[in-house]
Amino acid sequence: MSGRASQETSQGVTLKEPYARPGQQREADFLGMYLFLASEIMLFGVIVALLFADRFRHPGAAEQAAQRLKIWIGTANTAVLLTSSLFVALAVVAARAGKAKAVTGWLAAAVLLGLTFLGLKGFEYAEDFAEGVWPVLGRATPGNLFINLYFVATVLHAVHLTVGVGLLSWAGVRVKMQRTRLPGQAIVIEMTGLYWHFVDVVWVFLFPLLYLPRP
Amino acid sequence: MTDAVAHTPEEAHKGKDTAEERVSYLRAGHSLASWLTTTDHKRIAILYLIAITGFFFIGGSAAALMRFELISPHGMLLSNEGYSRAFTMHGVIMVWFFLIPSIPNTFGNFLIPLMIGAKDLAFPRLNLLSWYIYIIGGCFTLYALVGGGVDTGWTFYTPLSSLFANGHVVALVTAVFVAGFSSILTGLNFIVTIHTLRAPGMKWSRLPIFVWSHYATSLILVLATPVLAITLVLLAAERLFGIGIFNPALGGDPILFQHLFWFYSHPAVYIMVLPAMGVVSELVCAAARKRIFGYAFVAGASMAIAGVGFLVWGHHMFVAGESALAATIFSFLSLVVAVPSAVKVYNWTATLYKGDILLDPPFLFAMGFIGLFTVGGLTGLMLAMLAIDVHVHDTYFVVAHFHYIMVGGTVSAFFGALHYWWPKITGRMYSLTWGRIDAALIFFGFNLTFFPQFILGYLGMPRRYHVYDPSLQVWHVMSSAGASILAVGYILPFIYLYAALRSAKPAGPNPWGATGLEWTTASPPPKHNFDHPVQVTHEAYDYENAPQPGEHR
Amino acid sequence: MNGLPPDMPANPLPFWPPAASAYAHALDRLVVSFSALIIALALPVFVLIFVFAIRYRRGRKVNRTAKERGDLWIEIGWSVIPFVLTLYFFVQASVLYAQQTRPPANALRIDVVGKQWMWKFQHPEGQGEIDDLHVPAGEPVMLNMASQDVIHSFYVPALRLKRDVVPGRYTRMWFIADQPGVYPIECSQFCGMNHPRMRGSLHVMSAADYGRWLQVSQVEQTLADQGAATYRKAGCSGCHDHGAVMRAPSLAGLAGQTVPLEGGQTVVADAQYLRDSILQPGREVVAGYPALMPSYQGSLDEGQVQTLVAYLQSLATKTPEVPR
Repeated sequence: MSGRASQETSQGVTLKEPYARPGQQREADFLGMYLFLASEIMLFGVIVALLFADRFRHPGAAEQAAQRLKIWIGTANTAVLLTSSLFVALAVVAARAGKAKAVTGWLAAAVLLGLTFLGLKGFEYAEDFAEGVWPVLGRATPGNLFINLYFVATVLHAVHLTVGVGLLSWAGVRVKMQRTRLPGQAIVIEMTGLYWHFVDVVWVFLFPLLYLPRP
Repeated sequence: MTDAVAHTPEEAHKGKDTAEERVSYLRAGHSLASWLTTTDHKRIAILYLIAITGFFFIGGSAAALMRFELISPHGMLLSNEGYSRAFTMHGVIMVWFFLIPSIPNTFGNFLIPLMIGAKDLAFPRLNLLSWYIYIIGGCFTLYALVGGGVDTGWTFYTPLSSLFANGHVVALVTAVFVAGFSSILTGLNFIVTIHTLRAPGMKWSRLPIFVWSHYATSLILVLATPVLAITLVLLAAERLFGIGIFNPALGGDPILFQHLFWFYSHPAVYIMVLPAMGVVSELVCAAARKRIFGYAFVAGASMAIAGVGFLVWGHHMFVAGESALAATIFSFLSLVVAVPSAVKVYNWTATLYKGDILLDPPFLFAMGFIGLFTVGGLTGLMLAMLAIDVHVHDTYFVVAHFHYIMVGGTVSAFFGALHYWWPKITGRMYSLTWGRIDAALIFFGFNLTFFPQFILGYLGMPRRYHVYDPSLQVWHVMSSAGASILAVGYILPFIYLYAALRSAKPAGPNPWGATGLEWTTASPPPKHNFDHPVQVTHEAYDYENAPQPGEHR
Repeated sequence: MNGLPPDMPANPLPFWPPAASAYAHALDRLVVSFSALIIALALPVFVLIFVFAIRYRRGRKVNRTAKERGDLWIEIGWSVIPFVLTLYFFVQASVLYAQQTRPPANALRIDVVGKQWMWKFQHPEGQGEIDDLHVPAGEPVMLNMASQDVIHSFYVPALRLKRDVVPGRYTRMWFIADQPGVYPIECSQFCGMNHPRMRGSLHVMSAADYGRWLQVSQVEQTLADQGAATYRKAGCSGCHDHGAVMRAPSLAGLAGQTVPLEGGQTVVADAQYLRDSILQPGREVVAGYPALMPSYQGSLDEGQVQTLVAYLQSLATKTPEVPR
């Protein structure tokens, strides 16, 4: 992109146009990210609203359908994600302190956990498919709204998580190659971290709504 | 600021460029690449202006086709399918590729940084990205159009759209989905800009109403658009893979789609009309050369509309199987949301009282807006009344109502904005006489087109019928005649605005003698908007200290 | 099929639709009086803009002093007063609407199926009609409506009534037409390609004419009898009859009863529940019975399901006994 002047301040923060002060730029970055996440909340909020509507309209249906899901995989994945969020939080702390090596380490660990989640999820889908829990694609058979929502919600979450894994890896590589210099550009790790925590929090809501309904 | 422009003899000899123009944003680069990779909000605004104008004329052609078809009660020109495809394209293009981006992405983009004294939007590259996303969405639309079209109506109601309709439904749904991200990113950019980049002294209470209404609009863009996005994803998943969410045969419920669709699409009406209200507030003050009457109420009304607007979606579903209790609550809230709109109308009228009123084209458009918006808003009250809605829902009455809001309101404001800020954007003044004629043509043509549709609707003519009872033909012919006048009114500005670009009449920095920071810099503005550091010392619309309107305006 | 009913003179410039019921007249009165209010609210704006634009146009020498900057009481006044005035009409419109959601118990029930692109009607005496609906004047008529495919909307402008016909659920609408005549029926929800051709006629007949029409168009089986035939043909009797090999809940006397469900909840066996149990039996399973019943979606259309529902409901009014 052309023509965007940027300069480096004494703290090593890269100040871009149209900002006059580092504080102003930092506030804008955070506000922008929070607004983006608010937008994402509305996205997942629809699925949550549909889950509630289903339970209201068809009492008992969700409780029956949820029994067919693998609660142990759901639980394991919850633990995996929560741990990954801890690692990302540690990466942010390290980034602010300027410890590049620690940052890449924590990020790599978080990426590994993210991949573990996706692997477990994939295994779960395969099992679901084998047991016929999956919505039968492309055929007009009476389906189950709860199972369909489970499928849509977890796929949507997995897509977000995949993006998150990509972002964490990208940030890690940049730090490793010293393209992102710390602590001046810690904002990159902070923003990526916020996104990761959000994806984690979405799962914290989806897990009880999808796996825990019991008659 | 001086508005006389110094020409050296050499310049006068070479051409008509003014000193300001030579250092303006328009001359910051000449190649196509310099435009397509620009991060200057003013240039991106122009990119949007060109793109949405293109879509306006594609959508308008579909409307012309429909009005032509409706002259005859027997459906002579188009097949049933052809007519369905025409109104689907008209609706989709006009709503998502013209009305929603119309004022925010062009004038909002151009003016918000200027009005608050900033160099640019908070995220300039994101701004350019939004434009590209919009264009990608537009390409999907054109693909669906060229590929033969879609016959679902712009509302994409299930299970018609997910199971029964032919055509490129998924392509068109993708188009809207993609364009939605352009909306979200633009709204996000505006909010962050208004929060963080106000010039010293530009307190919230000093923001022009235009900025307030864009702030409210942006909140809706950020919070409502994702609901549409996920709804369309669910629709596509059902159509492509048979994952039943909305189709009862697959375990879903078609009414859920309507809830989600209108949860976005009703606030979307305010996405279209709030920026228009912002424009009109600027125009009315500049016309009357007075501070806006009840600043806090007009600014607060925008926020109230944005907030309550999220709670009224159910009024689109009074006959769709809502419970009587839910319907009554939505009906009541719909009356509540009308209050802030009424407050605005009354405040604009009061602003004109004892004004020093200029009857230049932008102000005629603004007055047209107030009249047409009032009719649209009050017929909206009729639609909010439960028993009345049962009769006129999904008839031409509704068609007339929302065209009064969206075309009579938003499009009039868009043209008003174009005529008001054209000298700022291009540095050149157009023919005021032609502008006045155009404002009158649009007002007259609009009423002739859409007023008969209220009567048609009460007579019971459903929308999306192109074959109708011959006794109704008189009203349809009247409407089509009005549409032809309206078409002339929309094409005419191209001629005289284009002529203005070639004319030797520099507008000067402040041809209307208006207040607002955008009028304190050169026309067209320099690349970084202001040559001097900006310091705000006065409230908005301080017309007591404003310069007089220019002689050569 | 299009066009005004033949026995009505064509109006060269129609301005107001014919009204076939007392409800339609009541709605017209509401519309006229509410229009008067909104004109009263809008007129000052139109007139004042015009007057101000002329009186205070630039260059005219008039008194422009006394610059107002806004006033709290004025703002409150023009927010609250119009709002309170509209509330009066809000109450009236809501009461009219609420009446429409409660059909009287003695209403003549006619089953309606909307499908691309026709209206199908089934009378309780068994008569079936396509696109034409004959009803007696002065008697309450309740339409029990289902859709075979997409969403339609049953609209009779002369009654000022419409109701969406939604796949997957029954919707209801009722009216008392008191003005004999022929009135257009439209589909007001876009339902695909031939939507503009999905039209019909409502024939409102005097009691005597209606009686004659019933006789002329009499068929052998009532709707409930047709349902009984479907009941046997589709094989329902194989499980649900007393003494059947498979153990399924008895259906005699079921309609209108409260049914305990597998999850511990209960549900009232209304027409909607009976329909859903035939088409989506796995969703709400009766307590104590295994969920074995197959779905009849695809093998029975909405019209047949309506006959079955009519049959099951006819059993409720008889003594609960085993059907033939």
